[in-house]
Amino acid sequence: MSKPNLRLSVRPLGGGCCAIDLFGEVTAFAENSLMDAYTQATGAGATTLLLNFSGLEYMNSSGIGLLVTLLIRANRHTPRQRLLAVGLSEHYRQIFELTRLNEAIGIYATEAEALAA
Amino acid sequence: MSNPLPPAPAPRDAAFWARPMTKITVEAVPAGAVNLNVDGHTIVSPLQGFGALWQKTYRVRLPGVTTSAADVMRVWKENFPKFQPPGNHFYPPSTGIDPGRVIFIDSTLPIFPGLPGLIPIAAGVVVIYEDDECFTVMTPDGFPESGWNTFSVTDEAGVPVAQVQSLARAADPVYEFGMYLMGGAEMQEKTWQHVLTALAAYFGVAGQVQMHKVCLDPRWQWREARNLWRNAALRTFFYLPVALARKALRR
Repeated sequence: MSKPNLRLSVRPLGGGCCAIDLFGEVTAFAENSLMDAYTQATGAGATTLLLNFSGLEYMNSSGIGLLVTLLIRANRHTPRQRLLAVGLSEHYRQIFELTRLNEAIGIYATEAEALAA
Repeated sequence: MSNPLPPAPAPRDAAFWARPMTKITVEAVPAGAVNLNVDGHTIVSPLQGFGALWQKTYRVRLPGVTTSAADVMRVWKENFPKFQPPGNHFYPPSTGIDPGRVIFIDSTLPIFPGLPGLIPIAAGVVVIYEDDECFTVMTPDGFPESGWNTFSVTDEAGVPVAQVQSLARAADPVYEFGMYLMGGAEMQEKTWQHVLTALAAYFGVAGQVQMHKVCLDPRWQWREARNLWRNAALRTFFYLPVALARKALRR
């Protein structure tokens, strides 16, 4: 894990919602690309950010720290933004539970469920 | 009839993470440690505390050290208690720093900036993540801070760089007061600078520790003020005289 290995794409979904698809590894090295994606989504007017983890291959504790940082930025944004997660495998759902991120980031199985929430 | 799909391979990070836990279960207490304010408590993230949320990063470069990052981290884990400043006692499990295990802590909190710690506190932290080059500990409720500390070593152009990064907020109003008006934050910063300097000295390097701190969220989370009821320092303060009296009566 000595270099960034995360690819992101930002997909406007309409209605003030933007999906950020993550492919690869979420580690400390992903900070710039993740924050760039957030800035891009916010610039597109997103009030709901939907993180799609279906392409997640690896995440360490620094990666979880980045998600906390992202969540704080979303919470402090005016207007306050919602952060949701989809596509988490059972393993990564358990990590969200362990770190109690699941109490602050809504977790849904699919984009449709998240958008309907 | 189709054959069932083979089970998906376990993610590469699966072995590095602790299992989710609703309550901390202490399996063994190392000699000298006090099992107080840990067993049966829940672990808390930076989202559950009361005070302002800070990210503090301490780094030391180890120029001239040819040991790999993983080997530096191995030394760090093995000597974790020895690198602590006087008065700060860490008790890792005898089996080592493994995910899900508790590291007990016996320390003191200051009552005034610049003075040594006077208020005793017995507590502990849980290892939630551990790999060859890093590990992360998360605090239980009642601990002075709510959040986690990550200890890591990376290779930067052939030079090992050791780092401590905390992402945490004071757990309750009393701790927030102590952290910023009674010298708690200053003591904490000195602690991690001492640890990194000691690690560098182990490898024969006069380490220059760089610290960078940023307040990610200055707001107080008043809904978390109730954490005061689990305050480990207050509990330790009331527990110790009782424990000493019991010990005296047994004689």
